[in-house]
Amino acid sequence: MSRDTILNSIRRGLKRGPLPADQKAMLDSRLMAHPTHIIPARSRLPRPQQVALFIANLEKEFATAARVPDADSVPAAVADYLAAQNLPARFAMAPHPMLAAMPWDRFPMLSFEARRGQGSDQASLQHGFAGIAETGTLMLPSAPERPTSLNLLPDAAMVVLRASDIVGAYEEAWAKLRATNQDALTGGFMPRNVMLVTGPSRSADIEQTLELGAHGPRNLHVIIVDDDPAAIPDALA
Amino acid sequence: MMQVHSPQFKERASAALADAPLQKALTRFRDGFQAKRAAAVAGLPEFEALRDVARDIKNHTLAHLDFYLERYADNVERAGGVVHWCPTADDARAAVLKICQDAGARTVTKGKSMISEELGINAHLEAHGMEPVETDLGEYILQVRDEPPSHIIAPAFHLNREDWEDSFRRAHTELPADREFHERRDILTEARARLRNKFLTADVGITGANFLIAETGTSVIVTNEGNGDLTQTLPRVHIVLASIEKMVPTLEDACTFIRLLARSATGQDLSVYTTFSTGHRREPDLDGPEEYHVVLIDNGRSGMLGTEFQDMLRCIRCAACMNHCPVYGAIGGHAYGWVYPGPMGSVLTPTLKGVDKAGHLPNASTFCGRCESVCPVKIPLPSLMRHWREREFERHLTPPVARRALGFWAWFAKRPAAYRLATRLGARTLKLLGRGRGAFQSLPFAGGWTAGRDLPVPEGGTFMAQYARRQRGKT
Repeated sequence: MSRDTILNSIRRGLKRGPLPADQKAMLDSRLMAHPTHIIPARSRLPRPQQVALFIANLEKEFATAARVPDADSVPAAVADYLAAQNLPARFAMAPHPMLAAMPWDRFPMLSFEARRGQGSDQASLQHGFAGIAETGTLMLPSAPERPTSLNLLPDAAMVVLRASDIVGAYEEAWAKLRATNQDALTGGFMPRNVMLVTGPSRSADIEQTLELGAHGPRNLHVIIVDDDPAAIPDALA
Repeated sequence: MMQVHSPQFKERASAALADAPLQKALTRFRDGFQAKRAAAVAGLPEFEALRDVARDIKNHTLAHLDFYLERYADNVERAGGVVHWCPTADDARAAVLKICQDAGARTVTKGKSMISEELGINAHLEAHGMEPVETDLGEYILQVRDEPPSHIIAPAFHLNREDWEDSFRRAHTELPADREFHERRDILTEARARLRNKFLTADVGITGANFLIAETGTSVIVTNEGNGDLTQTLPRVHIVLASIEKMVPTLEDACTFIRLLARSATGQDLSVYTTFSTGHRREPDLDGPEEYHVVLIDNGRSGMLGTEFQDMLRCIRCAACMNHCPVYGAIGGHAYGWVYPGPMGSVLTPTLKGVDKAGHLPNASTFCGRCESVCPVKIPLPSLMRHWREREFERHLTPPVARRALGFWAWFAKRPAAYRLATRLGARTLKLLGRGRGAFQSLPFAGGWTAGRDLPVPEGGTFMAQYARRQRGKT
């Protein structure tokens, strides 16, 4: 068996046989405990500064952000963004209940379909599971209501993110996923796919010089819904 | 499989030094990567401490690699994936081919993967009537030009803009011949349009893996273009190629590595897409592959465990070592003659291909130590290259002239008084000979050395004399 060939070769190199049961139990308990290591101090901030750091970092990576006071204000922000980008008022939307519940009927000029992404999509609206302030990163776990293709195929990717879902470090985003997600197949927390997205697609393969919009979106726009009173800076409150 | 040209290292290095377009590309390359890494590291005060953590996690994982591989495989299978255990490159090529054939594949898109280069997957698929399509921009142009990568993360850095324009015009003949390529953006736009169609029609997508996570049975890829994600999301079948040392135990362990990888590689805080894949499409999902295969490859890795080269298995392929290497910076990657260039390649190539073929590589080092000082997992690369030199010497693979010269040097090195006298006389003679000029362009018995660079005329006393003087000054 090729599996045993590899495992036995590893054990020969390590000069031992299969691990005894007590050592396996110890390693299993490390997997169960999944200890965290050094977490950079940069994102350990009061809530308003943490959200500000998230925005500063995503802008540093050539994404853009808009803040709106509540979910009802998202359709207007979508309309504004598409108009500002000279894009048609048409987009593919994630079939997520939070997005579906928004007052789209107030904006009859906006047309959208709730579906996965397609090769010819110019714009998409995705639901963000978490924002990570440390590097201005979005966590986008796959789900029927959050299709992965929407993150990749459109020219302009818009993501709605609640301010209360912005955390400091990667570990906090994983903790949130561990606590709230249940996979239909495995029963564990890990969905088929989790994308950590930091800015729009790019390449520096031509003469080590950065160009945006390689194969994925040319623009990434995050609409932050200020649902967290503690995260609102004094100037906006 | 990619041919090994490492025995011709010396000839290839000389050719590289005389290659003007390559030298132009190398100048651009050195300045870019080093400055970007330095800025990213300066922005994270915890960077040095994270290197220690990363080294320790990898050491722990390697010491229990059999255990973690078994847990990993169990979890892949729980998520509907299939693990193909492949002890050799032949096994891996056969496994990939079988999956593609079973899928009835005609077009196979590919994300950037160094293990794919190591295995020679493209040639194998082509030989069986399939069309592999590289989708990373740099890999794509290399496929068009039929060249191997010259760097592990910037595979086409050795090309200048005119090369890109020329290759695109020749390969994309269905487009108007007079279209404009004034800007880099024009090249990117054309590649995007061309490859978008391939992504949408491919039957199978093949990616590598930057990490495997035992806890969840997850493979992780890191890209900036999004091509790897399109490759693994759109086709009906996704194949992950991963060598066994990519393993880490948990997501939290992986967090430490993703903090180090992009900073060490491109100087970004994080690459644009860091994507975690676990199994095939779930029943209610609207997208994702219906089949998920992991081709798990040993191909010489397990043989490094328990040897002085075990530390090399910590490598996360960031390329910081080659980006900071004066030898790589002078000759680029093709001179090294196989898949992995630079310091990490000089350790890995003799390990995987034999020191008889790749013995020149560990000798192509000034032992300046910069590679070790920037390595995010603290691999002692100079020591490992030194091990290879010793083995080469022991096996009498070193050329007779070099052996005699080493014997000559050893006689002096073991007799400090004679050594000091000889170096003092040597330095004085050179100083006398070199009066009125700053450097020698050629010297008797050292023509090979001075052919590539000038020897500065010695100034002042020998190292030992200066050292002795300073020690006296201290007290």
